[in-house]
Formats: sequence, C-alpha cells, structure tokens
Amino acid sequence: MEHYLNIFIKAVFIENLALSLFLGMCTFLAVSKDVKTALGLGVAVIVIQSITIPANNLIYTYLLKEGGLSWLGVSDSNLEFLGLISYIGVIAAMVQILEMTLDRFFPPLYNALGIFLPLITVNCAILGGSLLMVERNYDFAESVVFGVGSGFGWALAIAALAGIREKMKYSDVPHGLRGLGITFIVVGLMAMAFMSFAGIEL
Amino acid sequence: MRKFLDKLAPRFEKDGKLEKFYPLYEAMDTFLYTPGEVTTGPSHVRDSIDLKRMMSMVVVALIPCVFMAMYNTGLQANSALGDTAVEGWRGGILKLFGGVDRESFISNLVHGATYFLPVYIVCMTVGGIWEVIFAIVRKHEVNEGFLVTGLLFPLTLPPTIPLWQVAIGISFGVVIGKEVFGGTGRNFLNPALTARAFLYFAHPGQITGDNKIWNAAGSTDGVSGATILTDLASQPAESASEYLNAHLNVSDSFFGWTTGSMGETSTLACLIGAMILIMTRIGSPKIMVATLLGGLGASAILNGIGSDTNPMFAMTPIQHLVTGGFAFGLVFMATDPVSASMTSGGKWIYGILIGVVAILIRGVNPAYPEGIMLAILFGNVCKHFNDWICNMHPGKNVIYADVVFSYLL
Repeated sequence: MEHYLNIFIKAVFIENLALSLFLGMCTFLAVSKDVKTALGLGVAVIVIQSITIPANNLIYTYLLKEGGLSWLGVSDSNLEFLGLISYIGVIAAMVQILEMTLDRFFPPLYNALGIFLPLITVNCAILGGSLLMVERNYDFAESVVFGVGSGFGWALAIAALAGIREKMKYSDVPHGLRGLGITFIVVGLMAMAFMSFAGIEL
Repeated sequence: MRKFLDKLAPRFEKDGKLEKFYPLYEAMDTFLYTPGEVTTGPSHVRDSIDLKRMMSMVVVALIPCVFMAMYNTGLQANSALGDTAVEGWRGGILKLFGGVDRESFISNLVHGATYFLPVYIVCMTVGGIWEVIFAIVRKHEVNEGFLVTGLLFPLTLPPTIPLWQVAIGISFGVVIGKEVFGGTGRNFLNPALTARAFLYFAHPGQITGDNKIWNAAGSTDGVSGATILTDLASQPAESASEYLNAHLNVSDSFFGWTTGSMGETSTLACLIGAMILIMTRIGSPKIMVATLLGGLGASAILNGIGSDTNPMFAMTPIQHLVTGGFAFGLVFMATDPVSASMTSGGKWIYGILIGVVAILIRGVNPAYPEGIMLAILFGNVCKHFNDWICNMHPGKNVIYADVVFSYLL
C-alpha cells in the first residue's frame, strides 16, 4: 500500500507533469484563463490518463514487449517498434469517446474546451505519461495509480495557474508581455515554487 | 519642509521641467506627509492608514529582527574569532570600537553591522534603481512596499553572501517577482522570497550547503559555522536525539544566539514583530496561528512516527519552531498582505498548508535543510485557487471540511 502511495505522491508533486517535466504546455497555457474551464480540462485529463495509461500498460505487457506474445505460444516476438502508434491510437480513441460523452452530457464544458479537447490527443502530457509508464516498468496496478496521480498533478497545476491568471486581470502588465508572455513568467515562477518537492526520495 | 516641497511641486507636475521624475517627488512627498488628494466618488473610507503607513509599520515591526541580525552576526563572528584580529576595512572600523571582543556589546553590534549594512545598502540601491526606472517608464508611483522587500531580503541571507549576488537576487525579485505584474499589490509571489529562492537555486554554494557560510568569520579563516539543521541532517539517525540534546539549546535558539541567516535566528524578535503586526492589524493572526498549527502538527506526527534512517525525524515540535527561519517566515513572509490568502477559510488552508509543507521539506526532503521559504512560495501559488474555492461557499458558515473536500476535487 505504501508503495502505491509513494508512486501517487511522486506523480503529483515531485514529478509533476506540468511544472517539473513541462509536459502538456500548450493546453496548460491556453486553457487556463478561468478556473471553471481549467478544472473541467483538469478532470478530463485525469480521466484520460487513468484510462489510457493502464490500457497501454496491458497492450505493452501482453502484445508489444519482448516475449510479450508468449501466451499465444510465440516466444521470440518483439513488437516494441509499434509502441508509439499503438499508444497514440488508444489515446485518440479515448479522447473521441470522452468528447462524445461531454457533448452529450456537459455541453457548456464541451463548448468551453472547444478545440483543446480533441487536441488532448496530441497532448504530450498524455503520451508522455504512457511512455514514462513503459520506461519505469510499472505493472498494471502501479500504472493505474500513476495514471490517476499524474493526471491529478496536472489538474492541480492548471487549477492553480488559472486561479492566478484570474486575479491577474487586475494586474498592470507591460504591453509587450500581456497574454502569453506573462503567463510564461508565471509558470516559471510556479515551477520554482514546485522545486520545493524536488529531491524527495520515496 | 512642507513649503520646500510645495515650492518644488510645479517643476514636477505636468508640463514642468522635471515632469518625468514626478514619481520620485511624489514618493518623497507622501512619505513625509499625508497625501492631499481625497476620493472623489461616493465610496469613501476614512482611515489614517494607507498602503504607505502599512508598509512603514512592517518596517517598524522588523526593527527587533534587524537589531538581532547585527548583534548576533557580530557575536557569532567575535566568539568564533576569539582574540584574532580582523583584517581589512572591517578590522579598521572594529579597532575604533575596541577590537574583537565577544563580551563587548558595542564590538558585537559594530562587527555585525559591517556585514549587514553593506548587504542592505546594495539591496536598497540596486532594488531602488529598478523601482524608480519602472516608476518613471510606466508612470506609476514609487511604493513603500519596496522598503519592506528591501529589508526582508537581506535578513534572509547568510552574512557571508557576496554582494554581487545580493544585487542579482534583488533585481530578479523586484523586476520578475513584482514589477512585470505592475508593481506592489499586483504580484502573486512575495518578491523577497522570489529573490531568495532565485539565489538559492542559482548560487547554492553561497546560500546553503557549505558549512562555512553561516558564520561571518568563516570566510576569512575557515571557522565552521553550520546551522543546526544542516548539521543534524548529516548525523546518523540512531544518535540523532543525543546529538540534538547536546547541541541544540532551545532557549539559545529562542533568543537567537545561533548561526543562521542574518535576521532569522531569533524567535523572540519575530515574536515582538508578530505582536506589532497583529496590533496594527497588518498581519493576519489567523494565518500565523494556522501556520503554527500546521507546523506543530506535522512535526509532532513526524516525531511520533520516528525513523531509523532519517535523523530529521528526531526533532520535537518545539525544536522545529525555534530553529531556522520558521518563525521569521511565519510572521513576516506568510502574512504578506499581497501574496497571502484573502478569504477567511482560505487563510486557514493557506496557513496550514505552509506549516505542513515546511516541516515536510525539512524532514522528508534530503535536498534542502530548510523548507519554510519554498513552502511559502508554494502557498502563494496555491492561494488564488484556494480563494476561488472559498468564494464558492461565501459567508462565515463555511464548513472547512467541505472546503478541504472540494479542494481535493
């Protein structure tokens, strides 16, 4: 149990996808103008992460991995070169399903997320999560925890950023820096604050 | 004085010769006298306190810490040196006041001042130049908030810090931490802490790690002056409690007779500052209490769990409280009215978050011996989201569990 808790905390704080690994920056910067939408996107990422990472884990373990096909009687298979395309396929399918669900049941959120919802497909945070799972040799249970954790960390970061940006409406930012420029500075400063967890070994 | 300022006024006002430097004139004028303008609209608050007086009060509250910074830095240096004379310009000044003598009040104070004042002066000059440049170019007022930043920052630095690093640090803090957002009141991180964190990561050798930096005498003849927190981290876990009993004197730490960053050693001085801040209603007592509770709770839990491998778990809550910069950060940094939480429920969460994270960094993170600075930055980052959640449940009857629950969502 402690082992899984460690993976979760590591994924949320120590190796936060957005603020330590700087993954998923495009959506992170673009959809953080107000907290409500950001939270919606955050939840979407949590859902996608916690489904795709375990799913990809199964695909990797039972199909792609070296010797992964042994349950079929094929002992010397190695399909790892198909990794990227299979992961992205799973992610695209998941996002499509999520999009249809949101469109049907939460139309306001669907409209607010707009183009960025399908763009989650090519969001590096999502693919990065799957690749990190492979790199770290997580088993199925670990990859479930990692999926939820990494999504949660990303959601936390975008919620915090959106909170700051909402208040920044009252700031008087120099003209050249308005919009994305100042957001980059804010994210940099946030990453500095997140450095407080860097170095914790669990 | 008033007449003199009035006489100068036309030159700085619109179409005057020195129109561009109006912010400078305005700063001087309103620093000395209450501004003449009143609100024109129907909303009108009658109160003698404004941002300037508020910031000035923080400076007043910091005076005990500044005094301790000078006295203790001198005391530590003089104790370490024994009878050896100091070389260079510091020695020259010290000779005028009776040489190195740890029994002498004056000698300690002067020796400490020769370390604190250069840092402070560099800080005020470099930071002040940035502030004025921005004020003139962006046509806003020079603000007293800078006096606070410029005083807080040197107090968090070790006495041996190179002056060029002070200049770089304060430049980063003032420009990136504050001015790009439009000046005082619009930043989201505490500028002094931003400056320190920047130095901390950019030049770790001079601000943490090496044992020699904490004692002013260390730079000259290799006197070791490690802080208790750094020392403890390198002890084997089994003997950690004995080490603490032997080396950590709680009352010494409380009054501040230990090594450390210049202004943060004395918990007593911070306590006096806290009283002033609470009485003048500038610092929020809620945040202070919440941070205190968070810190005490987290350290009690860590201490209760105990550990065979981690020496930091051996520290008791009280020892955590009096060592390092916990008290200083709690009183002066966490309560900064700009970057602290605004809502009532948010203040509790914000404070507890800082306390817990600070102790966790100290205890669990082997990379940093001290955690309060990063914990407050982390609190600042989370605070807006905090406030947003607390605003969803307005009124005094916020059930905090409910807030915490929705926070986790």
